[in-house]
Amino acid sequence: MSDNHDVDYLRAKTGLKSWLLTIDHKRLGLMYLVSVLFFFLVGGIFALLVRTELLTHTETIMSAQEYNQAFTMHGVIMVFLVIIPSVPAALGNFVLPLQLGAKDVAFPKLNLLSYYIYVTGSLFAVYSMVSGAVDTGWTFYTPYSSQSSQAVVSMTLAAFILGFSSILTGMNFMTTVHKMRAPGMTWFNMPLFIWGIYATALIQILATPVLAITLLLIIVERTLGVGIFDPTLGGDPVLFQHFFWFYSHPAVYIMILPGMAIMSDLIAAFSQKRVFGYSFVAFSSLSIALISFLVWGHHLFVSGQSALAGAIFSFLTMLVAIPSGVKVFNWVATLYKGAINLKTPMLYALMFIFLFTIGGLTGLFLGVLSVDIHLHDTYFVVAHFHYVMMGSTIMAFIGGVYYWWPKMTGKMYSEKLGATGAILVFIGFNVTFFTQFFMGSQGMPRRYYNYLEQFEFYHQISTVGSYILALGLFVALWSFINSLRKGEKAPQNPWNASTLEWTVCATPPIEHNFHETPRVTTGPYHFGIEEGYSD
Amino acid sequence: MDIKALQSMEVLVDSVWTPAVASTQAADVDGLFYFIYWSCIILGIMVVGPMVWFMFKYRVKNFSRKAYSQRDHGVLIETLWSVLPFFYLVVLFVWGLRGFLNLYIAPPDAMEMRITGQKWFWEISYPEDDVSVSGQGVEFVVPVDTNVKLVIIAEDVLHSFFIPNFRVKMDAVPGRYTTLWFNANKEGLYPVLCTEYCGKDHSNMLAKVRVVKKEEFRAWIEKTQEASNNLPPVELGEKLYSSKGCNACHSLDGSKLVGPSFKGLYGRDEKIADGSTIKVDDAYMRESILNPAAKIVAGYQNLMTPYQGKLKEREIVGLIEYIKTLK
Repeated sequence: MSDNHDVDYLRAKTGLKSWLLTIDHKRLGLMYLVSVLFFFLVGGIFALLVRTELLTHTETIMSAQEYNQAFTMHGVIMVFLVIIPSVPAALGNFVLPLQLGAKDVAFPKLNLLSYYIYVTGSLFAVYSMVSGAVDTGWTFYTPYSSQSSQAVVSMTLAAFILGFSSILTGMNFMTTVHKMRAPGMTWFNMPLFIWGIYATALIQILATPVLAITLLLIIVERTLGVGIFDPTLGGDPVLFQHFFWFYSHPAVYIMILPGMAIMSDLIAAFSQKRVFGYSFVAFSSLSIALISFLVWGHHLFVSGQSALAGAIFSFLTMLVAIPSGVKVFNWVATLYKGAINLKTPMLYALMFIFLFTIGGLTGLFLGVLSVDIHLHDTYFVVAHFHYVMMGSTIMAFIGGVYYWWPKMTGKMYSEKLGATGAILVFIGFNVTFFTQFFMGSQGMPRRYYNYLEQFEFYHQISTVGSYILALGLFVALWSFINSLRKGEKAPQNPWNASTLEWTVCATPPIEHNFHETPRVTTGPYHFGIEEGYSD
Repeated sequence: MDIKALQSMEVLVDSVWTPAVASTQAADVDGLFYFIYWSCIILGIMVVGPMVWFMFKYRVKNFSRKAYSQRDHGVLIETLWSVLPFFYLVVLFVWGLRGFLNLYIAPPDAMEMRITGQKWFWEISYPEDDVSVSGQGVEFVVPVDTNVKLVIIAEDVLHSFFIPNFRVKMDAVPGRYTTLWFNANKEGLYPVLCTEYCGKDHSNMLAKVRVVKKEEFRAWIEKTQEASNNLPPVELGEKLYSSKGCNACHSLDGSKLVGPSFKGLYGRDEKIADGSTIKVDDAYMRESILNPAAKIVAGYQNLMTPYQGKLKEREIVGLIEYIKTLK
């Protein structure tokens, strides 16, 4: 097959089997991307159902039980099937080996296995939710979850299967980063995207096993009748919250770190400038990963946990603000005296800075003990984590898809459609979620099917916002479909970017990425200076 | 209770942010809230302001233009923005902790009340006076300018007791007591909301606390005591039907909810899960209230809380007599 050397990876092999059994990290990345986008659509439909139901303060389109199932489906799908795999599994798979100058990930067959474990876990999750009519919220708090449906064991099992997929992906990436860097690609010559994905992999490997322990304990309780979480057997329901958040809080950083990882590459490319404070940004990823293990108790400030535990968790939570702040300051400093090009990926990157700033700063209200008591479990929290999870991670994800789209498909998208979508998303997002800060601080609790009539006005604004947001996302989707149908052929390096996947590698890449192993002699962001200016 | 009427109670608000202050602790919480609020606005402008400025000032239309500078580090500025936030965060932490301890530790002289959360209503008891009220949207009374300590527990699943105007909130956990306290300093009527998701009627699990003068409080206690002691059995049963939450699962109009309807129940032949048939008489109803698991009607699940030890004898009689009237 020597004549295949110059053929890109999309055309190197043909037929359904060549996709389903591929061990090419680029094809697997695309398969993850399609799966994630599919579940994003499903989770988004549930979000719109929830928002539509909330148009009036009593029943609008569905019963209370249907509403409870709808927000559970929305939460579970978005967290476990969309956000967690979005950046690392979809974009990470595609980009990481290219940026390292490697032919593939360290264990290509394991990579294929991870994908099928993800698919199995996803189908299992959807099946157990539908068949068990799960209405527990994505947090599965006991004892409600053990009484309301029999599906809690199978749901935890599904989360664990999905977790296993991310453990394997994380291991694969870590090994790749340690062992497969091209000659000259030292740790500090790596793009910051890799640092972020590496920090994420670390959390995936260390936190996910706790989920397995939780599952095991639930099964022991259910089958052997040993009281662990169920108070009627002498167990402690608050213990479940500790176990759940010991995994799920690090999982929050599994969600945000990859978004931050994309940001650094986007900001550098579209300012044509080295990232300010490279090592601070790199180490802030690692310190966020470390602290993420020590803050789970801030979800339990009103659970009856001791005041001392509350104090310690509050203090540790405050500490996360420092590395997060460092990143934001460094990105803004990178823009200074750059050559800023407002292409669609950059619009999403700037949106990220704006939304993450709001998401991060509102986190301060919730990390502070006395103020959290009032805001806990209100719409203030809902707004806060949507600003971080959706406003930041998903925006970075979409920005990343636009950025690497020419590399993945070999085609350009329409900037006009891209920018229109981005602006609609920005307006829709803020109308939807900023409104919820008002409601939350006035005392509107989350997960309410009926609500006090006085909040109806805010809810209606929020719902209208969600429709604008959905419209913007559909415009973005259309820009991708349109590009596949009639997009112009992409040049090798449309962004004048400086990382290996753009400088050395063809667009789209050949099956084995590089004709010969690249040699690296500079840092990841080596751009020139306008004549007549200097530092 | 009619849902529209239930949801028409109002949290008193006097701005778009935190609601009106009605307890002594709320002012301190709000002080910190607004401190964070204004500092966040300043910090936000410090980040987003330069971003927007640079976005326009250094904007280019194509990639042939290079950056004006490739400066990529500055030890002083990086150290400053890594270290300075720490001091700001310590201020927030200490202020928040002080406020929290004030919310957490009740003064020793506080009047004690008991709160029980159950799907989907609150029961509020005054142990010193042997009075309790309960039900969806129930109104209870506390004296103004008095330290009140609530000892909270849940019957079935997690709930959370939240009074926005007092800035207090605490989970109700089965098998464990939690506490909160407040000193309401403004007379008025304030909603109580459940903020820990507990299922179908989570959002209807509301109550109202009325803050009144101390004399009025005593009068209310006495009136409530009298009312519950003097009710004839059928009326007592009717009251218990909603205040003990029977209405959440047993309808009066023959429709099938979580449990069998009470309509025409007395004297009916019911098929039991084990296949046998039983005639519903006083003895069966008594057993099904105190130990519902003993004989579950076919087609239903064993979900009801046993009321063994939770009802007085005349309350059981009242419920049975009330059900008998539902032809």
